[in-house]
Amino acid sequence: MRVNFTVNGREQSADDVWEGESLLYVLRERLGLPGSKNACEQGECGSCTVRLDGVPVCACLVAAGQVEGREVLTVEGLADHARRRESGARGPARTAAGPGDPATGDPPAGAPWADDSPAGDGGALSPVQRAFLDAGAVQCGFCTPGLLVAADEMLERNPSPTDADIREALSGNLCRCTGYEKILDAVRLAAARQERGRAAPHTTGTTREGADGPGGPDAPGGLDATGGPDGPDRPNGFDGPREGGR
Amino acid sequence: MDFLRPVGWEDALAAKAEHPEAVPIAGGTDIMVEINFDQRRPRCLLDLNRVSELYEWSVGPESVALGASVPYAHVMAHLRTELPGLALASHTVASPQIRNRGGVGGNLGTASPAGDAHPALLAAGAEVEVESVRGSRRIPIDAFYTGVKRNALEADELIKTVHIQKADGPQQFSKVGTRNAMVIAVCAFGLALHPTTRTVRTGIGSAAPTPVRAKDAETFLTAVLDEGGFWESRQPLPPSAARQFAALAAGACDPIDDVRGTAGYRRHAVGVMARRQLAWTWERYRADDGRGTRRTAEGAA
Repeated sequence: MRVNFTVNGREQSADDVWEGESLLYVLRERLGLPGSKNACEQGECGSCTVRLDGVPVCACLVAAGQVEGREVLTVEGLADHARRRESGARGPARTAAGPGDPATGDPPAGAPWADDSPAGDGGALSPVQRAFLDAGAVQCGFCTPGLLVAADEMLERNPSPTDADIREALSGNLCRCTGYEKILDAVRLAAARQERGRAAPHTTGTTREGADGPGGPDAPGGLDATGGPDGPDRPNGFDGPREGGR
Repeated sequence: MDFLRPVGWEDALAAKAEHPEAVPIAGGTDIMVEINFDQRRPRCLLDLNRVSELYEWSVGPESVALGASVPYAHVMAHLRTELPGLALASHTVASPQIRNRGGVGGNLGTASPAGDAHPALLAAGAEVEVESVRGSRRIPIDAFYTGVKRNALEADELIKTVHIQKADGPQQFSKVGTRNAMVIAVCAFGLALHPTTRTVRTGIGSAAPTPVRAKDAETFLTAVLDEGGFWESRQPLPPSAARQFAALAAGACDPIDDVRGTAGYRRHAVGVMARRQLAWTWERYRADDGRGTRRTAEGAA
């Protein structure tokens, strides 16, 4: 059967879909979106977490036919989703940062999701992705896409989460490398940055200092260029990236 | 394999009548696992995601009419006051992702003895409204579970609504597992005090071929509360009564040894949960001002 749905804001259709096939299989094998990971196939691990009409779900447990006409957000669309959310939240002042490049979809220079981090691959990152890198929350990386989607959704819903909120929101995402501490650090970091960004929205938006303050986590120079948190940026219990920690 | 996508309840009933072998899929959290692991190849899937009636709920004077597909996340968020036991149980289901998809209708359709909703439904008192093109009927929850993963549905019937008694007193639910999330219950227990009718009801999960009530324990406790005038006096219960209630609850189990636990462990744990829940609910009842329900927000798992 054919399945038509919207993935990361773009209408897609997949052909020759087997009726018992999962959304996860369609995303990975038919639409070339391998960001959502295939691990347990029974809803235990959360590494295939995507948002279906905004709601976090395990893509391995959604039958492909069930997404007909619906909207799916995967980790590949997270940066774009965060960008649109932020422009909505901050209003027209955001556009002062410049529209970015509509042809490439690149973010405007200086936007907090623009990735110039040596740890990144040069593509755009959402704030929660950046925080995961900065906090050293990524080891083997297999659980990371699902955690990013779940964490981003929680921060959208609950901008000031308690540790208990974070633990509960991520309780369906298993990680076998990190012991979770760095992941919790990353989410706290993303929440702190988000909160600070909204408390003091910059009006020009043309410099990183506008968002993070001079010498802030995004100041250029060595390891700190990846956003190693300094004093005010440091969430409770966060001790910054360690050498060799990633 | 066929994939049927009815767009409303009448369409869904017609499809089920035409394809009685069709397996309903709503949240997919049970059936997709079986398909992914090639344990089951239904000839036909009947997608219920487009049947909006199944996602509605309403609160009546005595009961809540809960659409079969209302996700657990909604029960937790919106029905804590009316259905405290079920809200607690819903909160212990798997993970946020699963609670966003799965609902009580699926728990009932699968009818696994380990389904988390069952003890809460048994303790609160509920009726399952099922329908086919032939008509509609309400199955009392006590008669719904007919065997391991078997229920009282006919081949052409679909679960539409679960009518659950609104709480008229404190309720509790707990389950035993190795961690707080992503756990299939080793065993589970639910308890509801019903001050209006001067009764108590219980539910046991994962410790018998089907979810069951601990009827001897209920009868014993109802008599103790009645004869001792405890409903009126709100005095502390004698420890001997709590012990006996626990022993009778454990005695209602008919468990097996499996990978999650031994039969002996399950029996013991159900007794412990029964005793603790009696203490929690009775303390809450004593603290209440006589009007019964109060929000029960904590104490799960």
